[in-house]
Amino acid sequence: MENKYTSKTFILEILAILVGLLFLVPFYYVISNSLKPFAEILTNTSALPKVFQFENYVNAFEKLNYLKVFSNSLIVTVASNVVLVVFCSMAAYMLVRTKKKISNIIFMMFVSSMIIPFQSIMIPLIKTAGTFGLLNSIWGLVIMYLGFGSGMTIFLYHGFIKGIPKELEEAAIIDGCSRFGVFWRIVFPLLKPITVTIVILNSLWIWNDFLLPSLVLQNPEMRTVPLATFFFFGQYTKQWDLALAALILGIIPLLIFFFSMQRHIIKGITSGSIK
Amino acid sequence: MNSQTKAEKLQGGALQKNTNVSKPVSMASKRKWKDAGLFTLFVGPVLLAFTIIMLIPFFTGIYYAFTDWNGVTGNINWVGFDNFKYLFTEDKQFQASFLLTAKYTVVAIILTNVIGFALAILVTQMLKTRNILRTVFFMPNLIGGLLLGFIWQFIFVKGFASIGQITGIPLFEMAWLGDANTAFWGIVIVSVWQGAGYIMIIYIAALQNVPQEIVEAARIDGASRWQILRHITVPLVAPAVTICLFLTTASSFKIFDANLSLTNGGPFKSTEMLALNIYTEAFVNNRYGIGEAKALIFFLVVAAITVIQVMYTKKKEVES
Repeated sequence: MENKYTSKTFILEILAILVGLLFLVPFYYVISNSLKPFAEILTNTSALPKVFQFENYVNAFEKLNYLKVFSNSLIVTVASNVVLVVFCSMAAYMLVRTKKKISNIIFMMFVSSMIIPFQSIMIPLIKTAGTFGLLNSIWGLVIMYLGFGSGMTIFLYHGFIKGIPKELEEAAIIDGCSRFGVFWRIVFPLLKPITVTIVILNSLWIWNDFLLPSLVLQNPEMRTVPLATFFFFGQYTKQWDLALAALILGIIPLLIFFFSMQRHIIKGITSGSIK
Repeated sequence: MNSQTKAEKLQGGALQKNTNVSKPVSMASKRKWKDAGLFTLFVGPVLLAFTIIMLIPFFTGIYYAFTDWNGVTGNINWVGFDNFKYLFTEDKQFQASFLLTAKYTVVAIILTNVIGFALAILVTQMLKTRNILRTVFFMPNLIGGLLLGFIWQFIFVKGFASIGQITGIPLFEMAWLGDANTAFWGIVIVSVWQGAGYIMIIYIAALQNVPQEIVEAARIDGASRWQILRHITVPLVAPAVTICLFLTTASSFKIFDANLSLTNGGPFKSTEMLALNIYTEAFVNNRYGIGEAKALIFFLVVAAITVIQVMYTKKKEVES
């Protein structure tokens, strides 16, 4: 019965498409109005633009300093992912392979840190980060993402590495490979599936994060996309023509990321949540 | 000279002998040191970052919750439980934020899960458009809460007004963000719009694990679609329901970005949720001590939710 396309299924299909359109309505409003001149936004909010004009985008692009903020976000996201993957996979591997009490204690510490909400430590964090010279620096921010992301990243790697048989590594060690070499040449390539999941989950989180960069980065030159959008909205309140174009500019990188990795993202979220 | 070399030889021999005897011991301790070194090399870097970014702030934060620290001067005095006393007896805004966050969490959990589950059922039917629909429902989830809040600010301010003008439906003619009650529902709409697609993905995975033979057997026995859903599908995806309930509980309770960008707590602080309240207390009012006391309570609530979740899921796993 499920394999036949009945009239009941057809009605369901129509219903589903309507719900889908309802989900898209906000996007329609933002995109269509971002292409209108200011006066037309006020008078004709729901209609399609009379003439498609990209002037708002040119203006918003310049005023946002878009290339700069985009590359800031890109640098922060890529660098944070690199340090998270490198250091957390190494740590998780060692914690799995060293059968000692200390490994368990350290692992439990990382895992239990996952329940700490950011807001409950942000106040002292700013003081500690100041002491260590991590404030107002992109690299300081990257180190903070390493700290905040380490709990989940180590947890996911730990679970995955437990399922990898030890024999391969032992053979390599007998062949004279160092532990360091064994990890990078033999174990790390095997971690690829979970690494993809981890990179996707961390990228979405870091790219969209607003609160941490807003507390850490004071220099306008260092602003990331969410941060720049926030200040832009504050500065151009009610100037919807510029504000909407800026919003779309902020969303486009996410959509490109999504459509190029859609399958991995869905898989990553499913496996990441079940853990 | 001759005797000297002899002595050296003798000594050398003795040394040789000595090392021979102690070889197993020194090798073992050498290996131990090498292992400890490797352990430090592998675990050390992330542990160091973790200590600076999470451990130290977490423990110093507990201390600050009992002080009158204002974040500006270095003058920090121990005040005991005064901050907590203040929160529970005098700080009406904190109490209101706490209750509002609890109310919001309950509403958001129910709506996100019901709609997410309904969407999952919808897109696991034999629809021609099911793949594109999955993408559509999931898309809002990619965008961070801050941008979503701004998108919906435009919808509520300009979009709704325009729809109201065209259709004449009073619901759209109201100033949604100008009234405490509708602004609250505005935040709910944004978070459900964002969260339902995420929850849907998890429910889809669970629904696909429901064995088709059982469903088929029930159908042959004459069960209706609703009966199958109620008595077979729902019980079989119950573990996923638990996961989703707790996921939405934790994320709803921690809402900040959309709250900030959509209403900024307004009108008149009537939609200021807990996380935003902590933020304002610390970074706008500069009362770090009181802010940290709130943060500690916030942590305890989130931790309690999570611990109950883990215990519950583990128990379920044992049962099944």
